[in-house]
Parts: sequence; C-alpha cells; structure tokens
Amino acid sequence: MGTITFVEHDGTPHQVELEDGTSLMELATNNGVPGIDGDCGGEASCGTCHVMVDDAWIATTGTRTELESQMVEMSPECGPNSRLACQLRATPALDGLTVHLPEFQM
Amino acid sequence: MKRDRVIVVGAGHASAQLCVSLRQGGWDGEIALVGDEPSLPYQRPPLSKTFLHGTTTLTDLLIRGPDFYEKEDVTFRHARVTGIDREAGTVALDDGDALSYDRLVLCTGARPRPLDVPGADLAGVHALRDAADIEAIRGTLRTARRAVIVGAGYIGLEAAASLRKLGIEVAVLEVADRVLQRVTAPEVSAFYDRVHREEGVDLRTGVGVAGFEGDWHVRAVRLTDGAEIPADLVVVGVGVLPNVELARDAGLAVENGIVVDEHGRTDDPRIFAAGDCANHYDARYGTRMRLECVANALEHAKAIAGAICGKGKPISALPWFWSDQYDLKLQIAGLSTGHDEVVLRGNPDVGRSFACFYLADGRLIAADCVNRPKEFMFSKRAITQELSPDRVLLADPDTPLVSLLQTPARSAR
Repeated sequence: MGTITFVEHDGTPHQVELEDGTSLMELATNNGVPGIDGDCGGEASCGTCHVMVDDAWIATTGTRTELESQMVEMSPECGPNSRLACQLRATPALDGLTVHLPEFQM
Repeated sequence: MKRDRVIVVGAGHASAQLCVSLRQGGWDGEIALVGDEPSLPYQRPPLSKTFLHGTTTLTDLLIRGPDFYEKEDVTFRHARVTGIDREAGTVALDDGDALSYDRLVLCTGARPRPLDVPGADLAGVHALRDAADIEAIRGTLRTARRAVIVGAGYIGLEAAASLRKLGIEVAVLEVADRVLQRVTAPEVSAFYDRVHREEGVDLRTGVGVAGFEGDWHVRAVRLTDGAEIPADLVVVGVGVLPNVELARDAGLAVENGIVVDEHGRTDDPRIFAAGDCANHYDARYGTRMRLECVANALEHAKAIAGAICGKGKPISALPWFWSDQYDLKLQIAGLSTGHDEVVLRGNPDVGRSFACFYLADGRLIAADCVNRPKEFMFSKRAITQELSPDRVLLADPDTPLVSLLQTPARSAR
C-alpha cells in the first residue's frame, strides 16, 4: 500500500512499506532503520525519534504539536519541519513521503 | 558450517534491543531468545496504564512485531532456563532440553519484593510487574470498589492514578514519611502528595501494613497504627529483587545484581548481563549502580551488542526515566543521588507544571520535570555536557533555557 523513505544523516535511504495506522517510529524500528530509537515506545517522552519532513510533504503531514515542539526544539539539529516520528501516523496519503534523520538523537 | 550462537535469557526491553543491536552491529550467527513468559518482548511501562484500562492489547505493546524477529533470524522459545554449565557452554531448560551458547546474555529482570505479612497470599492481593499480573488485576475491575495500594513509589502511584481514572476508591499506604522518598526531593514528593489528594486518593504516609484480612479473598488491610481499611483489591508495589539466582548458582559475582563491567560483561568473558538484574560500573557517576528502567536496559543491550560484535562502546548514556500519572507527564534526567542543592523552575505548590533541578557543587546532575518537556530535554543536554548553569537564571521563567547551554562548536556540514 505504498512506501515511506527514511534517509539517514549520511544520506543512506531506507524504503519501508507503509502500514496504515502505524506510527512512523514503529515503521522505522520494525524495519531496523538505524537512527530511530523510539526508546519510550511512542509516548513522546524520550525524543529519540526526531525526523525532518521534506518540505513538499509538510502540508500533508502537518506541523508539529506544542508537545513535540518542546521536545525537539532543544536539539541543535531542530528545523522548521522537525517532528517526532511516534506522533506521525502513516496513512495512504503519506505514500511516497521522505523524512530525514538528524545526526544524533538526543 | 556451525554458526556461533548468542543465547538471550529473558525477554524484556534489553532482550529486544539486543536482537536489534546485534544485527545492526553485524552479528551473523544465531540469536536464540529464551523467555519464561509466553510473549515476545513487550513494553512494560504501559502495563499499569493503557493495558490495565484495556485500551491496548499485548500485541499492541510488542516492542518489535513477530515479522521483525523472523526477518532478523531470531528464534524465540518459551521456556525457563534452570541452570548454566559454564564449562560445557550450555544452558538447561525446564523442558529438559539443553542449548549450547558461544555468548550468553542474562536479561532475567527483577521480581516484585513480596510483602511478608499475614494474608499476603489471599486472593485479591496482587503484584504489578508483568502482563499476567495486570490481566489478573483486570479480571477484578468489574467488581472492585475499593483498592488499597501498598507503596508510594512510581509503580504504586501510577497504579493509584489508573484505578482512580476507572472510578475506583483508592487508598495509598507508604511506610516512609513521604511519597517517592527514595528517588526525589521533598518538594517533588509534596507535589505528588497534593495531586493524588486532589484526585481523591486517601494517601497515608508513615504507616505500614500489619496484615491482610479475609477468608479466602482480601476484605480489609490492617495497618501498623491499628486502623483497618476495607479493600477488595490490593496492589503491592514495594520494590523489586533482581533475579540473580542463575548467575549466582553458576558462580558469577553477584552483589545487588549481577556484577558486570562497563561493557556489561560478567567475570566470565562469554557471559553478559543487562537491565534490571545487572549492576554496572558507571564512569559518569563514578560508582556501581543497578537501575530499574527502560533506558538503562536499552543502554546495557547496546553496549553488550557492541562488545560481542567487537565494536565495544562502554555504557555511557545518561540514565533517564518517565512516569505518567493523571495529566502529569514526569520526565527525569540523570540521577539525583549526591545532590547538595535544589533549584525550582515553576512552583510545585500551585498548578501542575514545574521542574526541579538537582545540583552538586553547582553542576547540574539531575532534573525532575513535570509537564516540562523542554526542561527535560535541556537537562539531558546540560547534564551530559557537565554544565553548571547560573542558579538564578535557571529558576527564572523568563530566561530561555537554550541560552544556558554553551553549545559546543559543531563541525560545519
């Protein structure tokens, strides 16, 4: 039902199959994408699933919530499209989405 | 050709991370996961919340789905390991089998500390550690009216919050003179005390349990001060004991947990231990420690996988914790042991949002952050960078935290 691409900081892409209703964090960890830890299991508690959404997609994914802002804005790598992957739910509308990973998760 | 085999004993957070990190580190031998619970590794923190409420299933809580283990060529076996033969390099299973290992990782976790009082084995008296415990509690919720929680640590307070949410009357008993005494400053204890009372909890500190009353099912809790509280559900959360018996019986060093070095290795170079059962040397804090938290289990697992794959990186991540109660999201960075000063940002006596910073010699060593994710993320960075932020600015809500970080020069990219 489509794919989502995670691009590591060094440029290595990982294309994973999109599963409707699953968070992007779970998609990444279940497919062994390095650079997404998701230590807290998806409660927006740890901030280890920071991703940056491609500009072309930010209108579709939506921008980050206040809680996500508080978590990611302390990262030196935070950008305008920074999100927590655990708070992004995969839907068919996200088929083809690309997100970039920071060099370090905090 | 025979492939080398890693056996992972126990199936919790550390075990799941080991599977991930071993494969990412290039381990191409066998990985055999042996767990005494029927399930693949699952998230434990939600057990006392969404799982207790029945809004998540065990399948929802799996740390990695079954596909992951299949894809990564990890076998899972539901069995209990009953012994280790170090000379032969085998473990014995309770089903009579023996498995040989080239590397062995003990992720045996911890078990609830039993309460040694009369009536502790009555029906209706529960521990809170694994999915089966919660399933047992959940089975009583339709009829339970009055719950008594023994112990006001994180487990006890989370259970209290969850049961209140279901409309059950809750009393919490704590033998110490304040809640969370072992882990937080008095200011933070006072805050949680206030919130639980506001939420309708009958909170009693400085009092112990003398026994549980009832014929076959608990009907009341008798206190050391003579009082009696009616109860049809009791949850005991008075700490855990590390599961060290396998290691001890195998002659490995054990002292408040299985003793491991900064790579998670026991005194047998082929055997490692990770998570709640392991006691490691921590260079940052300059002491041995045994921690009971997810982040610690994950860090141990990563270090051990590195050691097994020949890419050793010592245990070094900053410990951190979290606890969700009511509308409170508590995030804790670092360990406050040894602090000599506390700085508050926000007022814990009013409302439900503040941060408590712990300093030692002016250096930030830990922070308890209630509904303050920004303070938490700031603290993670500041503690790791060993910063000594100005106390006045730290307490000042109008000083942006980011200005207190001396961001190290980063390479251009």
